[in-house]
Amino acid sequence: MTALARVEELERVVEVEALVVRFGEVEAVAGISFEVGAGEVFGLLGPNGAGKTTTIRVLTTLLRPAEGSAFVAGHDVVRDGLAVRQSIGYVPQAISIDGALTAHENLEFYGRATGVPRRDRRERIEEAVEAMQLASFLDRLGRTLSGGMLRRLEIATALLKQPVVLFLDEPTVGLDPTARRLVWERLELLREEAGTTVLVTTHQMEEAERQCDRIAVMDRGRIATLGTPLELRSRHGVAALEDVFTEVTGGRLEEGGSFRDVRASRRRSRRLG
Amino acid sequence: MSAQAADVHAGSVEAALRSLPVRAARLRDGTLAMGWAELRKLRHDHLDIFTRSVQPLLWLFIFGTALRHNQALAGGSSDYRAYLAPGVMAQAALFVAIFFGLGVIWERDVGQLQRLLATPLPRLGIVLGKATGATIRALAQAVVLLAVIAVTGISIRWSVQGVVGAVVLLLLGTAAFACLSMILASLVRTRERFMGIGQLVVMPIFFASSALYPLALMPAWLRAVAHANPLTYEVHGMRQLLLGISTGGTLWVDFAVAIVFLVAMAVIAAKTYPRAIL
Repeated sequence: MTALARVEELERVVEVEALVVRFGEVEAVAGISFEVGAGEVFGLLGPNGAGKTTTIRVLTTLLRPAEGSAFVAGHDVVRDGLAVRQSIGYVPQAISIDGALTAHENLEFYGRATGVPRRDRRERIEEAVEAMQLASFLDRLGRTLSGGMLRRLEIATALLKQPVVLFLDEPTVGLDPTARRLVWERLELLREEAGTTVLVTTHQMEEAERQCDRIAVMDRGRIATLGTPLELRSRHGVAALEDVFTEVTGGRLEEGGSFRDVRASRRRSRRLG
Repeated sequence: MSAQAADVHAGSVEAALRSLPVRAARLRDGTLAMGWAELRKLRHDHLDIFTRSVQPLLWLFIFGTALRHNQALAGGSSDYRAYLAPGVMAQAALFVAIFFGLGVIWERDVGQLQRLLATPLPRLGIVLGKATGATIRALAQAVVLLAVIAVTGISIRWSVQGVVGAVVLLLLGTAAFACLSMILASLVRTRERFMGIGQLVVMPIFFASSALYPLALMPAWLRAVAHANPLTYEVHGMRQLLLGISTGGTLWVDFAVAIVFLVAMAVIAAKTYPRAIL
């Protein structure tokens, strides 16, 4: 049975159980559990420092959890890290495109890096170019692209391997509304046509409400509430998801994010600008 | 599918991916992918090679010319510039290699590193591919330097075996120092600190070696340090191949030191490299 066929049998593509991540004394993720079904768009929301990115880093095998377990596409993220990395696409919060390579070279590189067979590479690149509408800037160096172009290119590079799960960490941060809409349009199409499971973190409440099947709001390393946007609004008796967010996070000023995070975030916004 | 069956299947996928032939193929493909990207970057910025070649040329034609007739420094050669040429070639490559880690910190800051580490690329493949980038630059510099040496008539032995052997030794050393640089980069947080540490490391490596002067001129303590310095063996081997000058020790020892140094640095870098994102 092929990996993809086996994954199609899986009802839950991501399974997280009592996951704990510590940095020294600080518990960045404090025993969270959730599942993501096949073909679902699952949103992780929360203020800075809530543990969203840390959770994604565990699921993409970049960090080892202190306790608990996590499975992606049926593989244990600690024991079977390589098999997990074979099954996923990952677009981190920061810009991961190589600015010194052209858009096409970035696609070629990630095709090679993710082990797309040589005979399939050209076709996969053409499909990704079509899916993310990249044809007009394929020969431009990465450092000359606009924010929207960069994000679409990054997502395209993550699709080449036809991942079982696509992890997107703040994919629309720093983008103007038009670029944001285009990114989401492309993701919607991807989901409709390929049935790709997407786990996304975002700060944008309206986007999460419109695009995610289910949402987990994280606060201080814990999942404060989890459900469909409709369930969350009705459970908390509010009209908008933003009010759910304010209620479960206590509406306090954001405390998370180190100097390095803030500097990186501002630099990123400037680059995407 | 039962949880137990799924577990067994997941384990067998991982086991298949970690079998020796598959790992070897992944290492080869990963190194080639990284090396290919480095080569493409160089194509977009070929001026880099020429600007980087200026410094070694200045060493050779200003420093070397000033001391041209100093027989003690020339270590058995009639022209100090000929004696200096392999040292300057190795020095130029060392400077490229030792600051190569700056790229790792930049890649971490912009997010490329996280992305690379979440691909199935083997860590060792990433490190060796990156080191290939440094060797490509070192090779281009060496070609420019050898061309200038040929045009200006500095007397070296122009045998194919000698030139190829010296270049291979230069590339092994460069790759090893690039891996050392990646180890340093994975241990520091900022580019500014890395620059400071890079300077701190590169100067003793350069001056406590036989790159500029024969070991015989050094006091005993400095000679002992130079004997523990891989650059000494790299330059010694290159001098033997390009000039026929040997100050003790055999060529195979020079190659063995370069290979062992590269393997050790690459393995350590592959272990420490992922730490850069923490």
